[in-house]
Amino acid sequence: MNNLFVICELDEGKVADVSLELLTKGRSLANQLHCSLEALVMGHNLIGVENQLYMYGADKVWIADDPRLDIYTTLPFTSITVKLFREEKPQIALLGASTFGRDLGPRVSSALKSGLTADCTSLEIGDHENKREGIEYKDLLYQIRPAFGGNIVATIINPDHRPQMATVREGVMKKEIYSDNHKGEVIRLDISNYVNDDDFVVKVIERHMEKSKINIKNASIIIAGGYGVGSKENFQLLHQLAETIGGEVGASRAAIDAGYAEHNRQIGQTGVTVRPKLYIACGISGQIQHIAGMQDSSLIVSINNDPGAPINKIADYVITGELEVVIPKMIRYYKQNTK
Amino acid sequence: MKSLKIVVLAKQVPDTRNVGKDAMKADGTVNRAALAAIFNPEDLNALEQALRLKESFPGTTITLLTMGPGRAAEVIREGLYRGADGGVLLTDRAFAGADTLATSYALACAIRKIKDFDIIIAGRQAIDGDTAQVGPQVAEKLSVPQVTYVEEILGLKENKLTVKRRLERGVETVEVPLPCVLTVNSSAPDCRPRNAKALMKYKHARTVTERQDSSDDYITLYNDRPYLDIPEWSVNDIETDIEQLGLSGSPTKVKKIENIVFQAKETMVIRPDDENINSFMKELIDNHTLG
Repeated sequence: MNNLFVICELDEGKVADVSLELLTKGRSLANQLHCSLEALVMGHNLIGVENQLYMYGADKVWIADDPRLDIYTTLPFTSITVKLFREEKPQIALLGASTFGRDLGPRVSSALKSGLTADCTSLEIGDHENKREGIEYKDLLYQIRPAFGGNIVATIINPDHRPQMATVREGVMKKEIYSDNHKGEVIRLDISNYVNDDDFVVKVIERHMEKSKINIKNASIIIAGGYGVGSKENFQLLHQLAETIGGEVGASRAAIDAGYAEHNRQIGQTGVTVRPKLYIACGISGQIQHIAGMQDSSLIVSINNDPGAPINKIADYVITGELEVVIPKMIRYYKQNTK
Repeated sequence: MKSLKIVVLAKQVPDTRNVGKDAMKADGTVNRAALAAIFNPEDLNALEQALRLKESFPGTTITLLTMGPGRAAEVIREGLYRGADGGVLLTDRAFAGADTLATSYALACAIRKIKDFDIIIAGRQAIDGDTAQVGPQVAEKLSVPQVTYVEEILGLKENKLTVKRRLERGVETVEVPLPCVLTVNSSAPDCRPRNAKALMKYKHARTVTERQDSSDDYITLYNDRPYLDIPEWSVNDIETDIEQLGLSGSPTKVKKIENIVFQAKETMVIRPDDENINSFMKELIDNHTLG
């Protein structure tokens, strides 16, 4: 059986969390398929990078190490991946739905005519029967994602083309060490066989990377606002509550589209997936694409003036009322009870 | 100064941002009729970048290209009202059911017919699919470089564009030779509004199919003013390998579509009065969820 590849992404010299999360998921899929899990890492100064990958279950680590690959650009990374995939013919290839994966993935899949599903929230192995042509397919990758602005969930398959490619956002899959003792093998690619000079026509002149000040992914308490918050000014209420109880403010896509909050606060399928111990949803109706990004929170509180808001169904506590009334009360009684 | 030939890719999409209660039918399928058809928001950001280039480089022409059903001609008109010079509607049943790969292939074939482009600009992604795949795939099909997540075009010198990209944790300035494909983020400037003169000039712009429904009075109008014709290309108007179009050209298939029914939890309802909120906050503090 052909192998499962994870195309890894580097973040300041370290393998990015999203790649490790995909290795964890890839390991369990590979076990199910009885195939090996392989990682492709492209970059510069990659000595020892395999040691970050083995413990997440990688059996084989392909390394493309070259000064010209230090900063990601589309064309050389595409050339390497496409040629390697033509040689190795993986059945599945996964990559992060980051600016890296969403730039590289489609280019690679177009070159291989292989098909790619973006922003999957779940990956499973399953069979398929094409009844019209009487063809049965075994062990396909089910690529499951909300679609249509998050109003429906679609299962996508890729019956006839390989690799079956999918991107997944950071935080959707869980990162888990497979075994501290797991070891694999390293294969170093001879870059000159994989790229040519034309691949380097695009040049990165300048980069300004900054640590994000907003860190909703790791916050243990999140107060999230939706379109129902009504205005940017009303979002200040959420910030006040967050400051008081020590949380971070998140937002639904509708709230961000309406300009109520910054883009890097977006929770949901096309934003960040979070699993805090407390999630307070304010004026969020609860589209699937939002629920997909927060349903694993330990405790969910919904504050909404609509008692029929869909999110209430998955909430542990529902407060039916106006935010302008409820939130100041929460702040007041938190302060009183913690004095 | 060089004048440029720009193609802007635009898509007409259902307005999934404002989904009302009637957007889903009882059987869990999408009620498309209940959703307004709009110009994909990031494609408007893309158009704005093209219009800015046109201002900097006189003589530049902007052609809009859209693929979709007949009513997608509305997207072309909207672009003309805002300053584009022309547009093409790619429409044929043969394109139906296309995934991003087959869509990109059809668009690339149409772009080859438009010919000699310098820059193709598209929105990063469409709000009905959110895949962000068509831009890079069109670039691959045309064998030109791509720059995604563009926020600003900084300049053009010696046939090389300098652009700013917005990444997760910062910005990157990139130099890319022409011809190339750019995809533009919503963090880029909004598109300018319609221009009153352009609106007057193009309000009767129609495809040949749309003109079949218009009254006889207008027939001479289209003879006198050829710019009012919105070209409508079918599969016969572009060079394609038919196997790579539509459903047959789509490696990905939809196995099933579900309307998710949430696993209902046991929910405690709290009234928004002082007493109840006080005891709720107390409970959260006592069980160490807070503090």
